[in-house]
Amino acid sequence: MSDVVEKTLSALPSLLSLDSQAGAGKLSPSSKLGNLIKGITELTSKHEEEKLIKKELESIKEQVASPNTTMRQMKEIMVRAIYCEMLGYQASFSYIHAIKLAQQGSVLEKRVGYLAVSLFLNETDEFLLLLVNTVLKDLQSTNLIEVCMALTVVSQMFPKDMIPAILPVVEEKLTHPKEIIRRKAVLALYKFYLIAPNQVQHIHSKFRKALCDKDPGVMTASLHIYLQLIKENPESYKDLTGSMVTILRQVVGGKLPLDFNYHSVPAPWLQIQLLRILAYLGKEDQGTSEMMYDVLEESLRRAEMNHNITYAILFECVKTIYTVHPKSQLLEKAAECIGNFVLSPKINLKYLGLKALTYVVQQDANLALPHQMTIIECLDHSDVIIKRETLELLFRITNAQNVTVIVEKMLEFLRLTCDDYSTIDLVGKVAELAEKYAPDNVWFIQTMNSVFSLGGDVMQPDIPNNFLRLLAEGVDNVEDRQLRLFAVDSYVSLLQGVTAKLPQRFLQVISWVLGEYSYLREEESDPGSVMRLLARLLDQRHTSTETRSWVLGAMTKLCSSPVSVALARDVCERYSGSLNTVLRQKAQELMILSQDTKLRARVLPAEGRLESLEVDSSLSFLDGYVSEALAAGAAPYKSPHQRQEDLVQEKALSLEPYGLSLPVSLSSCSITDRLTDRRSPTLLSMSSGLSGNSTELSHQEGSTTLKLEGVKRVWGKDGYLAQQQSAGETPTPLVELPNPLLSPQSPPSQTQKPSSGLEPDQEKRQLASSLFVGLGSHNSVCLMGRAETAPRHFRRKPRGESSSGASEGSSNSSHSSRSAAVDNLLLSNLLDSTTVASEGGAATTTTPQQTSQRTLDHTTSNGNPHVEGTEQRVEAGGPLSLIRGNGMVAVVPPTHTQTDPQTQQDLHPAPALERPRDLPLASHLPAELSGLARSEFTPLCSDQDSSLALSACRVYKEDALVLLVFISNNNDSALHQMVLQLTCKELEISCISGSPLKEVKGHSVSVCLHTVVMKRASVQVELAGLLSYQRPLGQPQAAQFSLSLSLKHFLRPLTVSTGDYGKMWLSFSHDLKQNLRLVTTEHQEPLTATLDALKGKLHLHVVDIIGSEGIVACRLLQGPGQGQPCLLHCRVNADSLAVWLRSPVPELPDSLLYHCQKALTET
Amino acid sequence: MRFLLLFSRQGKLRLQKWFTPIPEREKKKITRDMTTMVLARKPRSCNFLHWKDLKIVYKRYASLYFCCGLDAEENELLALEMLHRYVELLDKYFGNVCELDIIFNFEKAYFILDEFLLGGEVQETSKLVVARSVEASDMLQEKQRLMEIILLFPLFFSCYHGGIHEQACILTLGEMDLHTPEGIWTITDLEVLLLYRTMEL
Repeated sequence: MSDVVEKTLSALPSLLSLDSQAGAGKLSPSSKLGNLIKGITELTSKHEEEKLIKKELESIKEQVASPNTTMRQMKEIMVRAIYCEMLGYQASFSYIHAIKLAQQGSVLEKRVGYLAVSLFLNETDEFLLLLVNTVLKDLQSTNLIEVCMALTVVSQMFPKDMIPAILPVVEEKLTHPKEIIRRKAVLALYKFYLIAPNQVQHIHSKFRKALCDKDPGVMTASLHIYLQLIKENPESYKDLTGSMVTILRQVVGGKLPLDFNYHSVPAPWLQIQLLRILAYLGKEDQGTSEMMYDVLEESLRRAEMNHNITYAILFECVKTIYTVHPKSQLLEKAAECIGNFVLSPKINLKYLGLKALTYVVQQDANLALPHQMTIIECLDHSDVIIKRETLELLFRITNAQNVTVIVEKMLEFLRLTCDDYSTIDLVGKVAELAEKYAPDNVWFIQTMNSVFSLGGDVMQPDIPNNFLRLLAEGVDNVEDRQLRLFAVDSYVSLLQGVTAKLPQRFLQVISWVLGEYSYLREEESDPGSVMRLLARLLDQRHTSTETRSWVLGAMTKLCSSPVSVALARDVCERYSGSLNTVLRQKAQELMILSQDTKLRARVLPAEGRLESLEVDSSLSFLDGYVSEALAAGAAPYKSPHQRQEDLVQEKALSLEPYGLSLPVSLSSCSITDRLTDRRSPTLLSMSSGLSGNSTELSHQEGSTTLKLEGVKRVWGKDGYLAQQQSAGETPTPLVELPNPLLSPQSPPSQTQKPSSGLEPDQEKRQLASSLFVGLGSHNSVCLMGRAETAPRHFRRKPRGESSSGASEGSSNSSHSSRSAAVDNLLLSNLLDSTTVASEGGAATTTTPQQTSQRTLDHTTSNGNPHVEGTEQRVEAGGPLSLIRGNGMVAVVPPTHTQTDPQTQQDLHPAPALERPRDLPLASHLPAELSGLARSEFTPLCSDQDSSLALSACRVYKEDALVLLVFISNNNDSALHQMVLQLTCKELEISCISGSPLKEVKGHSVSVCLHTVVMKRASVQVELAGLLSYQRPLGQPQAAQFSLSLSLKHFLRPLTVSTGDYGKMWLSFSHDLKQNLRLVTTEHQEPLTATLDALKGKLHLHVVDIIGSEGIVACRLLQGPGQGQPCLLHCRVNADSLAVWLRSPVPELPDSLLYHCQKALTET
Repeated sequence: MRFLLLFSRQGKLRLQKWFTPIPEREKKKITRDMTTMVLARKPRSCNFLHWKDLKIVYKRYASLYFCCGLDAEENELLALEMLHRYVELLDKYFGNVCELDIIFNFEKAYFILDEFLLGGEVQETSKLVVARSVEASDMLQEKQRLMEIILLFPLFFSCYHGGIHEQACILTLGEMDLHTPEGIWTITDLEVLLLYRTMEL
């Protein structure tokens, strides 16, 4: 022992020499961690560090494995392990010990254990499951610190599936006497809500309690949840507006304890949270917005202190003011406030000012005018971030007059930047502006050239696609010719220069354009020149294979003259032996077509360039060839997807069929594609996508549709109309544009300089006037800042039905207009939706898109009695529109005509005598449910003298199944002390009728509403009910009943895109395969008929049908906006349907399959 | 908030906190990108940056950079103030905090952060409350260690008490290591004083 003392004493001098700072007491450089850290700082090379850490990890590993290591030592070791991990070295062997430490250590060791766990592990880590029990134990501990730690770790990371295990305990903590525990519990529940909203759905009332908590901290915490809830569904929380306004007023008024002040600003975090909530609540809602005007104004007024935090509040306030329903007086003040930001010398504030301006100019472009000079200065700011933000702002105020200047500024920035992300973004913006506002051909082509060379291969692929389409579209008038000719000329001169620096995408564009339009310039130059340029491109080493195939394609179109043919032969010889099959094929095509002039004239008719050609997407002209080949013993064609699947089955490897991403590009399309459509490569890939069977082709389609959506936004109906209108009013500013300073259209504010102190030089003035030209003068037009006139031919023309060909997008738009009319028709016809629902037996409500698709189905399959008979749409008024707004789909399951005979009767115009209660019951439906589809009224039970009768009805809400129990009292005396109990262990039943009913008067009907959700999927469940009641002067009585609910009542369609479907498919783990019988009808393909039957009976959503395969999705209700998805992949195999189901939950595929089987056998 | 990183001027990571689940590889990429991006910034330039679809807010305090990633709708200025508040909290706890404090006591810095932010949201803005809840745990730590020492090594302490008790008074300003069979323990001045008093009683 004495040597211990000696050592202690020997340590004394060094201790005493330490700086006696307050913090030094906690510094422990002599500990093992200290030694490690010191050791590392003394090292000079990365290699040495690596060696040291490796050694350290070895020793840690040894220590943790030793049984003699105490928890205290473990804690110290864990800290070292955390340190090593932070340096980027894996210490995965210590994870399990971190959990052990959290389990077994004393309070402080536990704390380190939890910290290590939260730093080491991810939410999905299996190790976390080991932590659940520890957390549960600590949550129930009497030690506050332990409870706090458990709540902290739970809100940092917790496995989603295990939430139910601890939820009750966390919930309990909401009523804990200590506010810190309540606050942490609320935050833990917030976290749960984020990762699994349905789990905490039942405690929404408790959130309200937390909102009213006497401790402001707990209340603040609850606002996180409300912000999320309101963001997702503002409509349901409008009633909270008053409370939020009150809270904000109190906070702003300084009613909170001083503790919550931050640099003498009262609770800024809380204020901002509230402002954000108010923005969501007041958006597009005048009534709600009016409630908050006063408090918003007060917030603006109060936040006057010159500190960052007040600016943060101001910024949020401005955003809210511009988001809610506008009030001019407030807007003015907010604009003034933005001015303070923009003019501030502090760079952060300037940045936010620009941001705010960007946000508000979308509403009123004139707001930028007072800040012209500042914006100009920011454009030349030394900080790129500011520059970038300024360009963002300019992008919003671009019009036909200032486009050249703004685009020039953007390109200037692009040339300097090296950040891929902003390049992609900015290049897209330049392309958009160029297309929309280009003053002339030369400028347009030059700008696009810059876009292509700067954007390189990182830019979005739709930019070249759109550009090519733009060139290809349009009537063959002089203007279009000029544009193309100019493009050709400019590309020829580009190719004559150095091509090594040009990105591959650009080269592909160039070769396509040259191939297509070189003929325009042929008379003025020798025919082989373009050909030679292309051949030179082929020879260059940096040209990629894909580009080469584009070049070969172009050559095929050009090889008409003898010179070219000779050149082509040369090229062919070289590439017909290429290892790349695509190149080889292209070379062969070139060879054959260059030699056979007649064939070439047929395949590539020079005058047919502008005609849209009929597409035979099924390639039926090859049928003869295929059958011959099959007869000769060839193997039948399998799509890549199928091949992949077979491979999976053979090897039992989990190679996922939807995970394929074979690039489908022009290069893989054969020359026959040229026959199908010559407009642009995009369309080409689409047409081949339609003819193919594989799913990844449909991915491709998906992306094309996306692009068209983007196009629609810009070139949509409105834009086009605006252009037509303004074309009548203002002459095109095309010719007199060049010097905007002299332009008569320049706004008056140009000359009335903003009162900034400095005197800007002439150059800046000029820049300002050219940037802001057209803003002031078009007050009425530039509400969105972009309703300017532009040269007509740069606008993409909306193509008519006739030219749509294979294009999905254009046909979509034409459908929607048609379907709108049909919608109206339906609306006016089917005012009383409930009666239709009961008459039709099967009624479906759909989103507008779906309706339009269905409408299409109807029109195409006109006179098809099957479709007409089984599907009937109901468009309801009020409630439905709400659902539509959410983009959700409400589908009404068909009443199961097969199962209960009563319904059968209802199907026919109900004999009023037999079922006298039906109509009266319908009138008792709550108003909010009356518009929704529902089942028949099913009698549950009645007593002998039928003085009391119970009936049930299911209402299919889009997010829940509502079960209504009607209690009809047919006696004179009232019923008292009524209690209705519904029990079923597989279901989650919650009563939603306001107050539990106690009594029913004589000759009246009462309704009990319950929402029902399946806890876990099962085929069918029995619900037991018990109604106890008492008659006056009678004994307590009880009526028992039971009701069976089937899985299909809880199914709702899941509308996903094919792309999302693919992603989901990969992420689900439980699957099931089965063969089902195919439904055959006269009018439809067996697959379509089968899927339609399933859709009708089980309310599935048919995502896509491609050839002999179909993909279908549905979800099982689990609460609002939630559901367990189940995906089906169906393929026709001979005369059966191979179905492959996948879902994240194991039970769902089983039960769903059962219903599918049943539905199909019944058909 | 998505993440919070603390790194030195040399780009050495001092503290990392991820508020949303991110794969390990992505974390490394973000850390690398953040350090290069932020360290390349000139002094007195804007504290806000863009990285992919995230907003990055950073601030330098002495030799340490505080850097956090935000979602698109979050308020940059507020995040900046949040960083500041965190520094204030560290300062209150360590007393005139410097980078070394955070290097050697990074677990403490984590504990303070956990009391301040929970799941990426500001949990407690009151400086007092955060400090109190961190200190409560610390006090407990002191007490507990003391009790263990006394219970485990009565012999040692009798020796301690008998031999060097006059030095114990000198020790009030620093801390010392106890070489025990379990390794080296550091005990602080406070503990020694308390020990001393406990022994006397």
